[in-house]
Parts: sequence; structure tokens; C-alpha cells
Amino acid sequence: MSVHSQPRALDPKPPARTEPPRRSGRDQADIGGRTLNVFSHAFLLTWAVLVILPLLWTVLNSFKSDDEILTSAWSLPGSFSLDSFVRAWTTANIGQYFLNTAVVVSLGVILTLGLGSLVAYVIARYPFPGNRVIYFLFVAGLTFPVFLAIVPLFFVARSLQLANSLPGLALIYTAYYLPFAVFFLTAYFRTLPDSIADAAFIDGCGHWRAFFWVMLPMARPGMISVGIFVTIGQWNQFLLPLVLQTDPDKYVIAQGLASLAVSQEYASDWSGLFAGLTLSMIPVLVVYIVFQRQIESGMVAGAVK
Amino acid sequence: MRQGRYRFIVGALAGPIVLYAVLVLWPYLQSFYVSLTDWSGYTSERRLIGLANYERLLKDPVFWISLRHNLLAAVVLPVFSIGLGLFFATMLNVAGRAKKAAVQGVRGASFYRIVYFFPHLLSIAVIGVLWSFVYDPTGNGLLNGFLGLIGIDPVNWLGSTRTAYWAILAVIVWVSVGFYVLVFTAAIGSIPPDMYEAAMLDGASRWRIFWRITVPLIWDTVQVALVYAGINALDMFAIVNVMSAAGGSGGPNNSTQVLGNYIYLTAFEHGRFGYATALGVALFVVTIVLAVITLRFMRRDRVVY
Repeated sequence: MSVHSQPRALDPKPPARTEPPRRSGRDQADIGGRTLNVFSHAFLLTWAVLVILPLLWTVLNSFKSDDEILTSAWSLPGSFSLDSFVRAWTTANIGQYFLNTAVVVSLGVILTLGLGSLVAYVIARYPFPGNRVIYFLFVAGLTFPVFLAIVPLFFVARSLQLANSLPGLALIYTAYYLPFAVFFLTAYFRTLPDSIADAAFIDGCGHWRAFFWVMLPMARPGMISVGIFVTIGQWNQFLLPLVLQTDPDKYVIAQGLASLAVSQEYASDWSGLFAGLTLSMIPVLVVYIVFQRQIESGMVAGAVK
Repeated sequence: MRQGRYRFIVGALAGPIVLYAVLVLWPYLQSFYVSLTDWSGYTSERRLIGLANYERLLKDPVFWISLRHNLLAAVVLPVFSIGLGLFFATMLNVAGRAKKAAVQGVRGASFYRIVYFFPHLLSIAVIGVLWSFVYDPTGNGLLNGFLGLIGIDPVNWLGSTRTAYWAILAVIVWVSVGFYVLVFTAAIGSIPPDMYEAAMLDGASRWRIFWRITVPLIWDTVQVALVYAGINALDMFAIVNVMSAAGGSGGPNNSTQVLGNYIYLTAFEHGRFGYATALGVALFVVTIVLAVITLRFMRRDRVVY
């Protein structure tokens, strides 16, 4: 489907902090509540185990030898060796895929945010003939499934030399994430007060300066939400690289691991593949733990708002 | 004070609009034309054949199988992932011990939230590879290894036409429950706590509170979640491409085929670009129809509080 989610309402505010509702009040025994409590913990714990188990199993398997993997699913690794990680990083090219992904995503996110905020700012705050048309053209991009465009895009990208090129892929990501960024940020810029921009103009500030030094800093919370959503989307993008990056040297991580898994039937370096999976999860886990609150609110805002 | 206003507008919009027009709008527009041609192979020759591709599509059993699978997902995924998401979000936020005539979350709610949400951040391709190993047909897979412990013979989860698609759907549920927990947690968090307090003092049961307070007050969010889940159900490309038998064929025997993957295979494995694009147009139509139906059915008076 489309490469981005479908934001709906025009409210760009990050959602309220998600504290559970609580109030202190009078004492009141609630036996029903207590049984429910035991039950709810049982359910919650079961799901947590279901989520953690496959992930943990993957990590453990990456420490096992191939023999150990092929004898029992539930055994623990005999020794913790890092060989498989080294093999995954170098021989299986995971390191290269990581680097490619980092280049594409960082370039793509910077461009998406830069161009998206510029378009959104102009649409939101400069009435001119054609303003609505441009807004509509961008927002229309949210409703089309990317599968509709994929064949023509493939040929456009080839003729413009954007296929099999990391900056090229970043440009294509940018183009396909612009509708989301424009939609979200236009609503955000509309909520900002006029007075500050007006004051900047009176002080002799040019339009570009007013944008970069006054308005953009004010839009920071909105930019962060969009940035998180776009980063995660582009990091996980699968269809576009699969179609456009046919040269294995240009693979991104998701694509690289998938192709490794298929070719694994011949090479059969199981622990190396598990190590590759583990490696691809580690940065996500680290970033998530560090930016947990921002990521959670950014994802919810991006999808629902 | 506002000199160069139009120069600024043109300067700001020119770059992004050209990028967007060339890489997004142009391919989308072209696709409607390409779908009327017999374009195949990597030649520039394409002949207009009118609606022949669409005629063929209507008689193509694989198209109907794929469509049925997408629609099945559009029914099954919302029920399970949104149902479980709502269930867990309620547990986490209002199922805590009610000592003080007030609702509150269970202990460790934020731990559960973090664990549940983590898979959603991983790339679908990575998840697909990981779960292919969990579903390994021999006793070395996590699932069959577990079944082995309780004396059940290994099941060829992804290799049997009976189980393959359900196995893939289960993975999507596994990934997305945490996301909906997060979405509903934010929505429940914005319900005024007095509402719960008043209901508890009136002696309302948990069940009643859930149906009479929680659900009506977050109904807007449930609607958005349903649309979001439906849209994801029409995609499914990455997971099927990675997990289905024989390297993403949608197999065994098309039993996991979905429109996205069928379009990809038709275009980039078989080089039938004209026909693939017609399939893309069909997917677009299905998307629009489904979105309209969902919004129609979901209309329900908004609760103002």
C-alpha cells in the first residue's frame, strides 16, 4: 500500500502524556477488581512472553554453533562466541547494508523534513493563487497505494539514474514521504501565532531568514513527531529498495537480510544469519529505549492524528 | 517589509514540487495509461490494447485468490489486533486494583507497553525472516520445538496450504497489537478520571464501565485504528514476500498470495508491466471502496465531554 500511513484529523498536537487515569478517594473493597487483577496480570504476562520469546530465541541462536541450532530448538548455547557476529558483519555484508541504510535514511529524513517544512510553511502562511491546489496535490499522494506507481516509477528512476544509487533512493523516499510531512506540518504551522513572524518582518527579517530562524524553531515539536515517523518508515522500507536497488552493493538492511535468508539455503550459515537479525535489532532497541517517550508519541501522532 | 514575497514562494516551492511531480505524480498518472498497454519485457515498445488487461484480470484466478486473501486479512487483522490491543490497553490502564474507588493501571504497565510495542519498530522484512525460523518445519524451529516438548509432531506451518496464510496473519497480529495498545492508551489517558470515579461509586461493573465509558469515549480512535488496520491489510507485501514458500512466490500454490506480492511478481519477475499496472489500478479501486465502506459503517455520534 502507500508507503506512509493515513493521518486523518488535522490536529497536529502531540498526544497528551499517557498517564493512566488515577485518583485517590474513599476506600472501597472491590473483590471483582481483585480477581480481575490476577487475571489481567496472567494475560498481560502471557502476551509479554509471546513477544519476547521469539526475539530472545533469535539472540540466543546467534551465539550457538550451527550444530547446536540443528539439534535442538530449546538448548542454550554451549559457549558464547562472537564469531557469528563477525561473519555476519563482514562476510555476509551486514556492515555494508547498515552503512547503506544509514546513508539513505539520514539523507532521506533530512530532505523530507527540510522540503516538507518549507512547502508546509508556504502553504500555511502565504495565501496566493494556487495555494489550495498545491496542498491538494500533495495530500492526494496519501491516498494512492504505492503499488499503483511502482512500474512507471521503476522506469522513471532508471532513466534519471536514480536506481542503484543511495542518494537516488533517498530522493525517492523524500518524494514519497513528502505528502505525509506536508499534511502534518501544514496543520502545525497554522497553529503558530502570527505575531512573532510579523515582528520578525518589522525588524527587517527576510522571508528565508524568518523561516529558518523564527518559524522553524517554533515548529520543533511537530518536526520531531514527523521526523520519528519518517525515520522509522524509511528505515523499514522494503518495496522501494527491492525494486530499485538491484545491485547487492547497494542493498539496505531489510532487503539484505531477506535476500540472505533466501540464499542461506545454499550457504547455510545459520548462526551468521541469526547474528545478522540480532545486529539489525540492536540499534532499534537502543534508540527505542533512549527516546521511548518521543517515539511512542511520534508513532501515535503520525498514524492517528 | 514584504518585498520579494512571490520570489520567496516560487523559490521555496519549485524544488519540492518538481521532485514530487516527477517521482510521484507522473508515475501515478502514467500508470493509468500503462494499464491499457501490452507492455512487457524491458523494451520501450508498448501497444495500446484498450481494456484487455482488465478483461484478463477478471478471469485471472490468482487475482481473485489474492483479493480474497487481502479481504480476509482486512477482516481478521482488525478483529484480532485491535481487539487484543483494546483489551490490553484497558488492562494496563483501568484494570488495576481499585482500592480507592478509582481506576488505575496495573503495576508494570509501562514495562508491558514497551515490550508490546517493540516489534512494531522492527522492519517487517526482519520480522519475516525471524518468524520463518520460528515456523521452521523441523523440530529445530521454536514453535515445532515447543510442540515437540508436549508430544506433537512438527507441523509444516509455511509449507502447507492449510496453515501458511494463517501463520502469516498471526505474525502481523504479533507485530501490531503493541501499536494499538499504545494508540488506545493515549486515548484512554485523555478520558477524565472523574468519569471512572463516578461510575465506580455508582457501583458499575468493570464490564459495564468498559462498554459504557471507555469504548464510547475512545470511539473516534477505534475508528481511525480500524481504517489503519484495513489499509495495512491491503498491503501485506513485505511479510508475504519474505515468508512465503520458495522465495516470495506467494506459495505454496498461491495460498498466501496477496495483491501487492502478485503485482510485484507480475512486474518484476515476469516482466508483464502492463498487466501488473492494471492489477495496481484494481488494488487502488479496492482501497477506495474499502475506505468508503469503513467510514460509512463506522459513523456513530461523537461523544462530547
